[in-house]
Amino acid sequence: MDTSDELLLDIQHLHTAFRVHDHFYDAVDDISLTLHKNEILALVGESGSGKSTLATSIIGLHNPRNTKVTGDIMYNELNLVGLNEALFNRIRGNDIGMIFQDPLSALNPLMRIGEQIAESLVYHTKLNEKEREARVLQLLEQVGIPDPPLTAHQYPHELSGGMRQRVMIAIAIACKPPIIIADEPTTALDVTIQAQILDLLEDIQKEIGSGILLITHDLGVVAETADTVAVMYSGQIVEQGSVYQVFEHPLHPYTRSLLRSMPQADSDDEELHVIQGTVPSLVNMQRTGDRFAPRIPWMPASSHEEHPVLHEVEPGHLVRCTCYKTFYFPDEKEAAAAGAPQNANEGE
Amino acid sequence: MWKTILRRVILMIPQIIILSLFIFLLAKMMPGDPFTGLITPNTSPSQIAKLRQEAGLNNPWYVQYVSWVGRAFHGDFGMSYAMQRPVTEIIGERAVNTLYLAILSVIITYVIAIPFGVWAGRYEGTWIDTSIQFYNFISMSTPSFVVYLLAIAAFGFGLKWFPTSGSVSVSASGFFGIIASRIYHIILPSILIGILTNASTVQYLRSGIVDNKLEDYVKTARSKGVPERVVFNRHILRNSLLPIAAFFGNVITGLLGGAIFAETIFSYPGMGKLFIDSVNGRDYSVMTALVLLYGILTLLGNLLSDIIMSIVDPRIRID
Repeated sequence: MDTSDELLLDIQHLHTAFRVHDHFYDAVDDISLTLHKNEILALVGESGSGKSTLATSIIGLHNPRNTKVTGDIMYNELNLVGLNEALFNRIRGNDIGMIFQDPLSALNPLMRIGEQIAESLVYHTKLNEKEREARVLQLLEQVGIPDPPLTAHQYPHELSGGMRQRVMIAIAIACKPPIIIADEPTTALDVTIQAQILDLLEDIQKEIGSGILLITHDLGVVAETADTVAVMYSGQIVEQGSVYQVFEHPLHPYTRSLLRSMPQADSDDEELHVIQGTVPSLVNMQRTGDRFAPRIPWMPASSHEEHPVLHEVEPGHLVRCTCYKTFYFPDEKEAAAAGAPQNANEGE
Repeated sequence: MWKTILRRVILMIPQIIILSLFIFLLAKMMPGDPFTGLITPNTSPSQIAKLRQEAGLNNPWYVQYVSWVGRAFHGDFGMSYAMQRPVTEIIGERAVNTLYLAILSVIITYVIAIPFGVWAGRYEGTWIDTSIQFYNFISMSTPSFVVYLLAIAAFGFGLKWFPTSGSVSVSASGFFGIIASRIYHIILPSILIGILTNASTVQYLRSGIVDNKLEDYVKTARSKGVPERVVFNRHILRNSLLPIAAFFGNVITGLLGGAIFAETIFSYPGMGKLFIDSVNGRDYSVMTALVLLYGILTLLGNLLSDIIMSIVDPRIRID
């Protein structure tokens, strides 16, 4: 990423809390992030870590009756937190485009593809109906639909999953928004289509120069497409940096566990690493100390900070809590203790 | 599409044959026959026996069935024993009365149900929703005849706002006079039918809206910057109306069959009252014709629902 690129989004101390039985619980807990033009920022974490909540907070789609958003999301000197609906509707679709996870449910089953793409042009452009139609065909072509006039007249159920996701991308980029939020855009697709969709996203980014916030739990996707990464756990960022920093020198125990859980095609290890336990639910989430500590029980309590904060270990590379300094995997230690002879046996 | 409709209609033939067989046998199994009621101390058993013989009631059941079906095929359902008039003629008259009542009832049902369903779904969890749910609960659980009787007592006999029986006043004259008199006779029963039978429509619509509000495509629409009013009408409401549209075919045919309770209590000469009278009077020819008609109406209602669905929902195509 070229840091000299224009700053698009500046998120500072964002909290998004949901009401459960008359109590508000932070699903996004004090997150600060920036997104620049031409940047692909990947937000990684397990289900329940608050990634999608962060995305919906940015585009302001939470139900205000049971959600409380505080902090600042600055976009062009405009704070999106608490922005009134009429103003926000001018931003949504026009300045921020959103791609959802499941392209089948994200398209209205009763509306033709063309109408659904044209809908955002109606509210954000002065194009007349003819011009909108032409723009729809142009967009469909841009996202690689083989027969735009045909597809524009079809309904979502007549298209394959990959085609539907292309249509979703066409909707998101219809007004050439500077910011695109892609919430797990490839999760519902099969592997061959995933690569096509990611390539398409990258192409489009090059064409319109948007900043993309890519939410995913697929580290392979991150390594391939992203410029910068933020790893989220229990509503907080635990590690943040460039793709190179995070993938080559992962520090936080959670990042390291995630990377170790990735299946490696070239490895002959039969056992896949699993992270013990699960992401705690919103209500049961521990709010003091290191939130990841219960899932690495072999680490002594003294290795964690009492109030873990983000430490800048090198420019741009942030990691939460000091436990990374002494962190090890139990089997690593065993292997180290057993020494070389055991490895030799395994080799035979 | 016309091909499918034709195919469906042809498929209905075996269904109707089986249905007619059942109806005929069930009617035969009922105790007594049309002449049971005619026996008085003055009638000789031999006279009754002669009448039975003439009516073909002594033939084997399958001979009776075939001759019944054969005549029914030509629109001849025989004579009503009780009224001594052709069944087809009686049903024809009653069907017109029921049609008036059905149309007004359907209109009133939807005029109440659609806004109520929309409000309850839109303002889910608020006092508006709670009140509508409470009303639904009451209208579902109150026996309709209680309401009809109370309404007749209050608005008919008490306040004298509406007539308490009949379908048209004998003094009505002229085309518009007769129409006006007919409408005047059906206002009270159709309002009551509308109030009491809209609960399922309200619930379908409400739960459709509540579910659709959370759908991803609604989020997509919002993420495009579509104003909330348009999101609701174009995306949430349109999708929530699908089950209502599908249900419409059955509602229509159900009402055409006649509102049995309402017609009986309001002494309204429609199909429902005719049915009850024919059962009570052992008027086989009328009863079997009506049950067969109800069966055909149900089949047609399902077909109508499917056709409506295929028009409003692009995912369903019958071709």
